[in-house]
Amino acid sequence: MSAASSQVVQAKQKRPFYFLKWAKSRKGQQTIIIVAFMFIPLLLLFTFTYFPFAEMFKFSFYKMKYIGPRKFVGLDNYIQVFKRDDCFGALKLSFYYIGGAMVQLVIALYLATMLSFKVKGGNIFKGFMFFPYLISGIAIGFIFKFFYTRGFVFDTVLQWCGFELENLPYWLKDQRINNISLVATSVWRYFGQNMVLFIGAIMSVDAELYEAAELDGANKFQQFRFIILPSIKTIVTLNVILSITGSLSAFEPPYVITSGANGTGTYFVIMNDIAHVSQKVGLASSMAIVLLFIIFVATVLQKLFFKYVMRDEEDENKRAGFRREKSLVRYRKKRGA
Amino acid sequence: MILKKCKKFIWTFLKYFSLIFFSIVAVLPIVSCVVTAFKTDAEYQSTNVMTLPENWLNFTNFIEAFRRANMGQAFVNSTIVLIVVLMGSILFGTQIAYILNRFRFPGNGLVRSLFLFATLLPGVAMQVSVYSIMNSLGLINHLYGYIILMMGTDVISIYIFIQFFENIPVSLDESAIMDGASYFTIYAKILLPLLKPAIVTCMILKGVSTYNEYYMAQLYLQDKTRLGTVATSLFTFTGPLGSKYNLICAGVIISLLPALIVFILCQKQIYSGLTAGAVKG
Repeated sequence: MSAASSQVVQAKQKRPFYFLKWAKSRKGQQTIIIVAFMFIPLLLLFTFTYFPFAEMFKFSFYKMKYIGPRKFVGLDNYIQVFKRDDCFGALKLSFYYIGGAMVQLVIALYLATMLSFKVKGGNIFKGFMFFPYLISGIAIGFIFKFFYTRGFVFDTVLQWCGFELENLPYWLKDQRINNISLVATSVWRYFGQNMVLFIGAIMSVDAELYEAAELDGANKFQQFRFIILPSIKTIVTLNVILSITGSLSAFEPPYVITSGANGTGTYFVIMNDIAHVSQKVGLASSMAIVLLFIIFVATVLQKLFFKYVMRDEEDENKRAGFRREKSLVRYRKKRGA
Repeated sequence: MILKKCKKFIWTFLKYFSLIFFSIVAVLPIVSCVVTAFKTDAEYQSTNVMTLPENWLNFTNFIEAFRRANMGQAFVNSTIVLIVVLMGSILFGTQIAYILNRFRFPGNGLVRSLFLFATLLPGVAMQVSVYSIMNSLGLINHLYGYIILMMGTDVISIYIFIQFFENIPVSLDESAIMDGASYFTIYAKILLPLLKPAIVTCMILKGVSTYNEYYMAQLYLQDKTRLGTVATSLFTFTGPLGSKYNLICAGVIISLLPALIVFILCQKQIYSGLTAGAVKG
């Protein structure tokens, strides 16, 4: 491309006629369309992602507000991030979210398996369970503030099940339980979406396989273990990776439901407060950089880990593949006979 | 034989029980909201939240919520944002996907990884410095500023488009080149019409997420009476109105109606779009 652009410069300087000729040639046309089609998306990408990223890095060494004077403080902000117990300590809450993500994965996997067998009204069930995903975060905040209020929806339902109101905790205030309540809202919101992803992967399996397996006398659990699980392994792995990085950057449930009160402030909720309420932009930037670094390391580690595990299992997969092929052949023979 | 039947029965029971249980879990919070939204103030204060309202045609809460949260204006704003953002991100998304998929040029791989890496950066963290950039560009408190930002942060659709381009044979382009078509003509007249299914998918996914976006909207459209979107208009109900749940629920229900309608109409596309978007990783 650099050769092409110097060609442009030359053509412009000496004889403009050549520029037109170049612009009409295939090569010229290609360069023009590449530049024209990439210019705006790349401009947007740099203005709103990479330039801010660089700025953030710079901010993290300053004591500053959005407006007003700035003071260079070196690594002071970073030291603060690790010293202040409301900053780095907040990462502990991530464990709740990782736990929630695993529960969500298991529920989604279970339901997807159920729905992949013949079910009456399967689409309706699927629709009900998926819909929460389409609600805006802020609306979910209100729904669950209402849901968890003392004596309201959740308490009423539990009373129907025989619990006494006096024995029930305050779901959003009691520090022993409130983080779990918040994580539950996130599970509620996403399990249907995960389920749909898993169903999509399961459906990509040849339907004949199930029939063949059934003829071979495989029970439902074996069908799950040998047909369904291998076919969705990639997407499950992907979801595990996403859920761990997602848990580190958990933000929405506490932000919209409790605003981080009563010990529910996750790392990002606190960072958001520091940035936009108390306007300590430098400190917030260094918090962001620290977490981005952790997320980056976690992602790389997980990729490596799964690569390692997957390689071991690849052989087994091949064998499972052979088994499947064989049982298909048997099935076709039987049906032919 | 009896054992087998018994087993089958237990299996069926387990299957439907768990499906029904989780469906109830999924809809219960929403249903309780609907129930409460139809209650008058007196009813709301005197009855349990799960008691059904006396009059299912009591729409006063909905009207009141619509008026208080200035939702008329909010729907207009959300519609404008939706239309422009969708048009923009489909135009730019298909264009860059066309370039990245059809042309080999130095930097192709670099541009791809630049977009991919951008997905790793969590949006909330980025807003710390994006805010100062929006501020110095003078884009805060303007609808177009928010629109530009929303268009700039769209990567998933680029990947869906690239994936789709991979399945359109290059021979199509080549024969058009033989006929003397320019690259722009190939993109606009031949490939764009073929991309229709992918465009529909992206429109739905991007549409829902844009309609529901509230974090950046409240950050960059601070004048909520004039510039509120449907999602941010719900912020009206924090503060003094914070405990009038019959009103709040009505507002919430109004805000999720459009998503519900789209969902009922395009269920299939939403599911398949989601699956397509997930596979790319």
